[in-house]
Amino acid sequence: MAVLRSIGRRLWQRLLASLPALFGVAVFTFLLMRVLPGDPAVFFASGPNAGQEEIEQIRREMGLDKPIPVQLVNYLADLAQGNLGRSMSTGQPVAADLERRLPASLELTLCALILALSLALPLGILAALRPNSLIDHGVRLLCTLGVCMPTFVSGLLLIFAFYYLLGWAPDPTGRLDVFVSTPPEVTGFLLVDAALVGDWEAWIAAASQLWLPAATMALFVLAPLARMTRASMLAVLTSDFIRTGEALGLSRRRVVLVYALRNALLPVITIMGIVFSTMLGANVLVEKVFSWPGVASYALDALLASDYAPVQGFVLLMAMIFVMVNLVIDVLYGLADPRVTVG
Amino acid sequence: MTAPLLSIEDLHVSFATRHGVVEAIRGISLSLAAGETLGIVGESGSGKSVTSLAVMRLLDRAGRITKGRITFRGEDITRASRRILQPLRGAAMSMIFQNPRAALNPIRPVGLQIADVLRAHEPLSAQEARARALALLEAVRIREPRARLDAYPHELSGGMCQRVMIAMAIACEPALLIADEPTTGLDVTTQKTVMDLLAETTARRGMAMILITHDLGLAAQYCGRIAVMERGKVVEEAAPRRLFGAPQHPYTQRLVAASPTRDSTVASLVGETETEIPAAPPLPAPAATRGGRLLAVRNLVKRFGGTTAVNDVSFHLESGESLGLVGESGSGKSTLSRLICRLIDQSSGSILFDGAEIGALPARNFHQSLHRRAIQLVFQDHGESLNPRFSAFDSIADPLQRLAGFGRTPALRARVEECADRVGLPRELLHRFPHQLSGGQKARVGIARAIACRPRLLVLDEPTAALDVSVQAVILALLDRLRREEGLSFLFVSHDLNVIRMMCERTIVLQTGQVVEEGPSGRIFAAPQAAYTRELLEAIPHFEPDVAEAVGV
Repeated sequence: MAVLRSIGRRLWQRLLASLPALFGVAVFTFLLMRVLPGDPAVFFASGPNAGQEEIEQIRREMGLDKPIPVQLVNYLADLAQGNLGRSMSTGQPVAADLERRLPASLELTLCALILALSLALPLGILAALRPNSLIDHGVRLLCTLGVCMPTFVSGLLLIFAFYYLLGWAPDPTGRLDVFVSTPPEVTGFLLVDAALVGDWEAWIAAASQLWLPAATMALFVLAPLARMTRASMLAVLTSDFIRTGEALGLSRRRVVLVYALRNALLPVITIMGIVFSTMLGANVLVEKVFSWPGVASYALDALLASDYAPVQGFVLLMAMIFVMVNLVIDVLYGLADPRVTVG
Repeated sequence: MTAPLLSIEDLHVSFATRHGVVEAIRGISLSLAAGETLGIVGESGSGKSVTSLAVMRLLDRAGRITKGRITFRGEDITRASRRILQPLRGAAMSMIFQNPRAALNPIRPVGLQIADVLRAHEPLSAQEARARALALLEAVRIREPRARLDAYPHELSGGMCQRVMIAMAIACEPALLIADEPTTGLDVTTQKTVMDLLAETTARRGMAMILITHDLGLAAQYCGRIAVMERGKVVEEAAPRRLFGAPQHPYTQRLVAASPTRDSTVASLVGETETEIPAAPPLPAPAATRGGRLLAVRNLVKRFGGTTAVNDVSFHLESGESLGLVGESGSGKSTLSRLICRLIDQSSGSILFDGAEIGALPARNFHQSLHRRAIQLVFQDHGESLNPRFSAFDSIADPLQRLAGFGRTPALRARVEECADRVGLPRELLHRFPHQLSGGQKARVGIARAIACRPRLLVLDEPTAALDVSVQAVILALLDRLRREEGLSFLFVSHDLNVIRMMCERTIVLQTGQVVEEGPSGRIFAAPQAAYTRELLEAIPHFEPDVAEAVGV
């Protein structure tokens, strides 16, 4: 109980502490978008032969004729009311667009993280148990490959191998095959929604669309997770309490999995937060390659179109997710390590 | 005569290191009968811990048994596989370690850790194991055992952690218990209770014990037979009375002579070894003014958060005097020494140094004060307290450059070399880095650094606690000589009462931040007034008194 209360108090403090950072992010992105070359009014005018008057008209509608400080104040005032503005390219409110597309990105990122963890942990442990063995070198090679290949290259290679050559993966476009009916939206996560209504055909269809992009991203973050697991396992395996466990006759399994691994996971939890944030960034390319209807590809399109509001909304959303991820990591760490809550 | 419980025959162990194969154990033979207690004593690097790890077959990857045989209950386990060893470990032979807090899993409640051991060897349910764990915690006399079951190691004191460790080790009633420095790092009164507990437990359960220690007094008090190890060999083996009464081997003789006892003096510890230090000519001393009050501390208080570490402490120190500060962990002796060095600010009270109120200077700015030169520190961990990227020369030169305004001139070199000479550090070692120096040499660098600016007060925080006894003896002799030659005053912090008695004219006994007794060292040690002082003195393990007489020290 006391543990939970102390975690709750820490969460609250962290949330408050993150507010100035979020404010800074909002202001900074706003200014950055204004310095970037390109005039949205010109871009969104009806055609290349639109007259100066029409452009001025659009500019006034968008509030771009006012001085930048005034625009900033207006933007912040809108933000305070939860209004992220309207996208010029989709014509929809940015908040609605993001809300619709976020589950796709989150589903992809989370699945990729789970996949990466389920590969990286065993590989890291094996490598640590037999340092400098064939397994260790194999893991090192795999990690090097994963980290040195950009995601759009590895994504394309995977598509080439599994879709074009082997035919194991479906057409790499979108979240669901066009001939499969979408399950009723509850969470927005297709796998969850399909499972909720027991529509296993849709579930399999969604999973088969998902695994290739997820694998692409997992490969990208395999290296930091596996290397961290290996390093921290190696350090823990030489510590005194492991020797105690051995000296008192605990089974090898228990020593490795309960005594060593749980301690070794502490730094891995920390790195997991960083990895998750990296993956959110890496999403942009993966979503493009796989035509994934997520927030990252949405923001990229908006950026190319000098559409201010979606980009600002996206950056703010990412910043908020980043804060949330760090909070979750904090809670996990507090639960995993009893020493933290005392200090 | 039945077969011994454990016998070691001509054991050789070597380690593969970066510099080739190193022989750590070079042919030792020992045997132990059921229920017997064997002590293995020796200094660091003598191979005593490696012996115990070899018996448990817990040597790390680099270590190999190259020759010899280990037989346990008639069974040769020298090359036994994990399948044979695992059921033995914990159930038939178990081990407890130095630094009990690190030896316990930091993120697992201690009750579960005890249960883990039980369930590794017996088919028990979780509830049964928990009940047995509770019974074991009661057996090792932990207060409030039920509440402690769910405690994590960091919530327990060092002594309690060692009790938990003992509970784990005896959980399955092994026939042999190996205790590797079980009380090193614990307070002397805790040491006594833990050792008494160990002795009583092993006696009651008929367990044999191997006690590995560097403390001759401890071995003498608790072991029936003692083996002395030096550089991978057993040089002498006998009953304590014989061993300490009439040591045969020169190494044992040296070890016995170097161990502080009830009535040894600094000179008696060292014997002929002192001649190794080249007698430097006495300095043109900064007028070694004997007498006159150098330091006066009045009503000093230091609070950390809600706890009061130093509670209304007053004392004074004459010029040229040596004052001992004893107390157990948590007594506030380290805090007090840091207050006097102006490393931290006091909550209230005054510190008068040489008539000036240095307590009024914030610790943050004290390095600018002229008094910084006059008050210098010697630390406990000589390895940690030296910058690993500074050579010995740089370390000694550092205070001279910062505090005494020396530039990188020949004068600096001359001064550093002079300091090295005074502490008996060979000049050719000056270019070496800390990791290339031995423990004793690092201690000398630390002392040279402290005296480089010719301070008037030296605060020594457990300066010999991390050293082997023979090195400690030499360093103590060096410090004593330096004090007399340079007219230094010492504030000597230690938990080792024998060291304090030899080094200090007056002693202050601290308990929970307060002075419980103060007086001339001789009087305090001969006739302690406070109950706490008596308790401290009684807890020191001594060689048998009549033995001490026989040794003639």
